[in-house]
Amino acid sequence: MIVAGCDVGSLTSKAIIMDDGKMLNSVIIKSKARPWESADEVMKAALDGAGVSMKDVKYCVGTGYGRDKMTFINEAITEIACHGRGARWLLPTAMTVIDIGGQDCKAMRLDADGKMVRFMTNDKCASGTGRFLEVMARVLGIGLGELGEMSARARAPITMASACTVWAQADVIAHLNNKVPLEDIAAGVNNAMASRMAVLANSVGVERDVCMTGGVAKNDGVVTGLEKLLGVRIKRIRRSDPQMAGAIGAALFAQDRANGGSR
Amino acid sequence: MIVAGCDIGSLTAKAVILKDGKVAASAVIRAKTNPEASAREVMDLALGKAGLAMESIAYCVGTGYGRKHIPFVTDVESEIACHGKGAVWQVPSARTVVDIGGQDCKAIKVDANGGVMRYVYNDKCASGTGRFLEIIADALEVKLEDMGGLAAQSKKKLTLSNQCVVFAETEIISLVSEGAEAADIVRALHHAVANRAASLAKSIMVESDVVMSGGVARNPGMFGALGEALGVTLHSLEDPQINGALGAALFAQERAKQ
Repeated sequence: MIVAGCDVGSLTSKAIIMDDGKMLNSVIIKSKARPWESADEVMKAALDGAGVSMKDVKYCVGTGYGRDKMTFINEAITEIACHGRGARWLLPTAMTVIDIGGQDCKAMRLDADGKMVRFMTNDKCASGTGRFLEVMARVLGIGLGELGEMSARARAPITMASACTVWAQADVIAHLNNKVPLEDIAAGVNNAMASRMAVLANSVGVERDVCMTGGVAKNDGVVTGLEKLLGVRIKRIRRSDPQMAGAIGAALFAQDRANGGSR
Repeated sequence: MIVAGCDIGSLTAKAVILKDGKVAASAVIRAKTNPEASAREVMDLALGKAGLAMESIAYCVGTGYGRKHIPFVTDVESEIACHGKGAVWQVPSARTVVDIGGQDCKAIKVDANGGVMRYVYNDKCASGTGRFLEIIADALEVKLEDMGGLAAQSKKKLTLSNQCVVFAETEIISLVSEGAEAADIVRALHHAVANRAASLAKSIMVESDVVMSGGVARNPGMFGALGEALGVTLHSLEDPQINGALGAALFAQERAKQ
């Protein structure tokens, strides 16, 4: 039985096609100006790649900020529920999930059954979200994906004077003008990001195992920085792309529904 | 007796010269990267206007974030103290001063002598500071000094849903692409900055009369929006931007007499 999950975020949109609990295909695209366009495009790409059509999909769940604008879904479910569910699938022992999105960040505590028991989010301030890293990468003239590997080569990471993305940008420019090596600035940027995450994670209480989802989980500089601050190891996700957590959770809910699970 | 105050801020540098208790001259320049150079230039400009030489200054007090780098000062005083002092000298009934600067925002409660009773200060977040206005002025390609006039032409009320400068910038870019008028956007921006500054000020219990100081107060749109956000009638200053330098000069005058 084929089901689908679609997660339209502010920066990226994700879709996943599952067949009897097995992942057939998953796709990530950059989000368009209109969330419904993103949803249509990413879902078409996922279906095409899986070699199936929308008619074959028994149930489809949408999530993310654009979930109410999707035309093809059977049901919309909140991001929080989908991220928790997806994180558990990615790491069955996860009790604490830290998810960093393009414009928000969330810390979630799950109970033994995978139910959300505590939750904190920040979507008011760009600092501590993917946007912070995006702005800094742009100022440094490097790709967002390079920040992590670059910081691994740092010798003397800088300390950022302010958390605010606007002031931090001025900070980074001043360091660039002082000819501080890019690696040391990148490491400072990642550490600043990690320290914001640590505050959020501690506010829900950190219990092992801890995992990170969202695109920023692929930045090892942030992940190792956060490990140091929290004093726990963060389990790396290998089962799939950590950025897919929300879409995976959506597809798992779709599977429940298709199997006759109650709403 | 001739004394001076010099206020080196993040964006502008200001100097005021007092002669026998009256303002003889004042000057404002855009700050340079080197605070020492800013201080010399703005003071030379003020001295030139007053037709005086540096040697005639009996006492000079420095303030602002660059105050430790001013070479010619006798001593320094905090911005908070200077803004309080300057505001009460100009508006004796003032009990609260809200100052929106280029990179910070402060609210100060003062006594009848301009002495600081309580204050609150934000330099951690760019929202609620002049920087918010600057970034959006750039994005909209309008001049900072034209924003007040532009907002006055607004016909439709818009509200920004983001308080964060970074998120608001994105919101504004999409408003522009949806065809929103710049005038309406700028008015909404003024309210966003004012609301942020007002919530800071309210945390120390605003007491009337309230004065708005700092360069941002020269923008009538911001002045109106802050009054509305605080729910009070704001008192204006003749030149709000030089209030800190004026306060510094008043301290210089007191100290020169001691």
